[in-house]
Order: sequence, then C-alpha cells, then structure tokens
Amino acid sequence: MRLLGQIATRLISYVLVIAFGLTVVFFVPRFAPNDPVEAMLAQVSSQGAYMDAAQADALRASLTDAFGLKGSMLTQYWNFIKRIVLTGDFGPSLAMYPTPVSQLIAQALPWTFGLLLSSTLIAWVLGNFVGLWAGWRPNRASSRIMEGLAIIVYPIPYYILALVLSILFSYIWPIFPLTASVHGAPWSFAFIRSVIWNSFLPALSIVLVVFGWWVISVKAQTTQLAEEEFVRYSRLKGLGDGRILTRYILPNAILPQITFLALQIGLMFNGAIVTEILFEYPGLGHLIYTAVIQGDYNLLMGTISLSIVAVATATMIIDLTYPLLDPRIRAR
Amino acid sequence: MRAFKLPKIGSFRLGLGLALLAIFVILGLILPWFAPTNPLTWYKAPRNQGASFAHLLGTTNLGQDIFWLLTWALHNSLILGLTVAFFSTLIGVFAGLAAGYSGGWIDRILSFFMDALLCIPSLPILILLAALFGGQLSLPLVGVALVLFNWPYPARQVRAVALTMREREFINVAWFSGEPRYKILGRHIFPYIAGWSAANFINTVLVGIATETSLAVIGLSSAQQATIGTMIYWALKYQALLAQRYLWVGAPVLAIVLMFISLFLISSGLAIRSAARRIG
Repeated sequence: MRLLGQIATRLISYVLVIAFGLTVVFFVPRFAPNDPVEAMLAQVSSQGAYMDAAQADALRASLTDAFGLKGSMLTQYWNFIKRIVLTGDFGPSLAMYPTPVSQLIAQALPWTFGLLLSSTLIAWVLGNFVGLWAGWRPNRASSRIMEGLAIIVYPIPYYILALVLSILFSYIWPIFPLTASVHGAPWSFAFIRSVIWNSFLPALSIVLVVFGWWVISVKAQTTQLAEEEFVRYSRLKGLGDGRILTRYILPNAILPQITFLALQIGLMFNGAIVTEILFEYPGLGHLIYTAVIQGDYNLLMGTISLSIVAVATATMIIDLTYPLLDPRIRAR
Repeated sequence: MRAFKLPKIGSFRLGLGLALLAIFVILGLILPWFAPTNPLTWYKAPRNQGASFAHLLGTTNLGQDIFWLLTWALHNSLILGLTVAFFSTLIGVFAGLAAGYSGGWIDRILSFFMDALLCIPSLPILILLAALFGGQLSLPLVGVALVLFNWPYPARQVRAVALTMREREFINVAWFSGEPRYKILGRHIFPYIAGWSAANFINTVLVGIATETSLAVIGLSSAQQATIGTMIYWALKYQALLAQRYLWVGAPVLAIVLMFISLFLISSGLAIRSAARRIG
C-alpha cells in the first residue's frame, strides 16, 4: 500500500513538473522583445520578396494563426497545452512546409534515443566492471591508472571531448566520417553498419564521460562496502571473489547510482544536443538547431516542449525503478 | 583507519586542483590587463602565423594574437562562472535553509521548484531564449538564466543537511537557552553547511562555464565577446581544422579541459573533506 502511495505521489509530481516546464516554454516567447511573426516577415522580405501592405497583413494574420498566437493570453495558453497534451500537434514546419512538426520529431527521436540509451548502457556496464575491480583491489597499479583516467575524463563536457575526438580521428587520422550520412535500405545489414559507423564518435564521447563517473562512484562505494561485516563473513565462508563482488557488493553499489542517474539525465541531454549539432547527427538536438537557424518557430516550440517531456519522463521512469531494485523499500 | 585516509586523498586533490587553478587565475584575471592591444581587433597582427616569440600561440585567420585572445576568453568565462556560482550558491543556501529548517508548506513549495527545475533541461530553454533574442544572447542574460537553473543543486543539499541538524541535541540546547533563530542558523548550522557549499560553489563555476561554452560553440552566445566557447566557434567557422591551424582550436580546448579538471579536483577534494569531518 505504501508503495502504491509513493508511485502515486511520483506521478502527480511528474504531471506538475511537465506543466511547470511547458508554462515556462509558453511564457518565454511572450516576454521576449522580438515578435516571432515580425521576425518571420522581416526574413521573408529580406529574401527579396516584394509585398504590398494588404499582402503583408494577410501573411501576418495567417502566421499569427499558424503560430498559435491568436486570441487572449489565456486562450493561447489553453490551446498550447491542448495541442501538446491531447493531440501532440505543433502545426506545420515553416522551413520544411508543409511537413508537420510532429513528423519531423518522430523521425529524429529514435536517433537521439538510440544514441543516449546505447552509450549510457555501454558506459554503465564498463564503468561498473572497472569500478568494482578498482575498489576491490585499490592498491594495484591498474586500479590507480583507471581511476586517474576517470578523474581526467569525467569533468570534460561531451562536446569538447567530441571535438577532440573528431580532430584526432576525422582530421589528423581520418578513419571516421566527419558528419553523419547514413545509407542503405532501412534495416538491411549495410544500413545498420552505416548507423553504427556514423554514430561511433558521438557515442564514444558520451561513453567516455559517463564511464568516468561510474568508475569514480562505484570504486568509492566498493571500497566502503568491502570493509562491511557481511563481506568479511562471506569471505570467511570461503566464497570466491567473483561471487562476493557480483552477489554481495554490486547490488548495494548500484542503488546510489540510480538516484544519480535521475539527477543527471537533464545534463546528459544538454550535452547530447551540442554533440549532435557538431557531428550533424540527425537527432532531436540537430532539429532544434535547424529550427533556430531557419527561424522555424513551430519547430522550435515543438522540439523544446518535447525535450522537457522526454527528460521528465526519463527521470520518472528511473525514479520508479528504484523500489524494484531495493527490496527494503518494497518490504516496508 | 578510513577516516584518517580520506582527508589525505582530499587534501591531495585539493592541492593539485588549486595549483592548476592558480595558473588560470593568473592567465585570466591578471594578464588581460597587460594585453598590448585589444585582442579582438582584426588585422592587428599578421594572419595565420605559427607559434613564435612575438606571438606565443600564433595568430588567427583574422590577424588576432591567439595567446592574448585566450587570456581575454579565460577572463570572460571565469567572471561569468564565478558570478553565476556566487548568486546560485547565495540563493541556494538561503532557500535550502528556509526549506529544511522551517518545514511545512514553505518546504513543500520550495522543494517542488527545486525538483521541477532539476528535471527541466536548461540548454533547450537557453536556445529558445537565444533564438527569440535574434540568435545572440548577451553574457549578463546568459548569467541570469544560468542562476535560475543552478540554485536548486546547493539548495537541495543544504536542505538535507538542515533537516538532520534540526534534530541534533545541541541545536535543541541552543533553542531552549533562548538563542534567536538567526544566531542558531549562523553560528551552529552554517559551519556544517560551509564545506558543502564551497564544493557546490566550485561545481557551479564548472557548470556555468560549460553551459555558456556549449551555447557559444553553436554560435548562440554573444559572438562579439571573447569567451572560450566563442573562440572555438570562430575557429570552426573559419575552417581552422581543414586548414590544419590546430593551435587556434587546440588552445581554447586544452584550456577548458585543464580548467575543468582543476575545478573538479577542487570540488571533489572539498566534498571528501567535509564528508570526513562529518564522520569524525
């Protein structure tokens, strides 16, 4: 019963957080000095199109409608929330008219999701493995080197690491492509190989940083746990190192990581945006950038609202897995 | 045994980090005043020079001296990071103390804002702001936005410490012997929070500089001002990589990497120290 209560509280706070985030996204453009409609009109006329006053007014009216800027602030707000929550419709993209924004996002989302999920998982498995070993045998040279490496790599932002990797492996020693370009029929072997090939450097930059953090935190956890009574007892019982590490220490070392991951997911998403832009990787971050460069207001509002929903959802899912992994909370 | 070993590791990290940071403070806060000319001005130096005695790190495609440009970039980035960290920590400590010490509705409302702001990715909102301000955000505006997104980290930690402190015996003693509330907060609770706040402060400097840099690398920060990010932006924009002018990109990249390592060493050193103090 208590567990159900916890889940309900978490769900309510999830809804409130998203409402808060979307409200911020709604009000930011309304308090900015530049009117998106006027900016768009200026862009159209700067590209050499001549319009008389009546035409300009007609365009202004239709843009105001397309951007959802018609009516009082309250109706606009209501329509904005309704569009996102109920229909997921952000109107047509203006740069790629008349493709709907939702379709562009649907194309980009699997790329970002795949990149973040696979690199976080790889980094997590490697980081736990190395961190456990380094914490179990803290005085070996290999453990010290690994920890030193982790401390050097962890504070570097992904995109700086991405830049360094691309300088090293795309310019100085060109073995990886500079920008992502995928080819081959969907889901054929050639397609999958080309996806992996093109995602390698962006993924590696994320893997290295996240790996660095897991090594640092798992090692600290393991050295602490290794001195606990139950570990000493299991050693006296004659259990091997492998069993003690995986069955006795690992489950205890994993728990604090989940809290950390929930706090970090927003920052990881921030980093992925810039990495995608630098590598022209066709994900959500690159779509946000396209929207800014092209002045595509609908696409911008759509991608940014979705980023907030995605990060809040990911955080909630991670939070909800916590009771599944910690029997003490379930038993209460 | 462990309580003895921990501060030693902490002090080592702290020392190494501080020594590294000292180099950046000299480079960024003192040397810019000795720059021969405004390093942002174009064609003050011959273009595309390699490293030489006259131009320590060579010159850019636009005839700017990379060494002096770097000192200015470090100057602006450091000032931004320090200002953001100062205000975030100030707001965070006050909000955290208020939430943790008073409890009830104040705690619930403040905690909601902390959690909500932690869940919202800051970069998309900054990009939205930049797009609406015509593609460029001035540094003060970036700073204000960063403070809004970064105060919850110290606030949560301070709240957690304040919550446990409220139940401690000596706080009750102080309360019953008639000490006013501000004195209890200032004299008895603050010393416990100071160590964590220092670690958080340094960490916020790092996050602040990192976020401005990410905004600048994609060309959405103030491109007219020299920061580490805008330096990288212009180098990439003028194809410094294709032309193999690695010094132009390499100098700011190496500077930011070393600076972040030093800041991380300091903040984790401080955190280890205050953790050890709490045990002992």
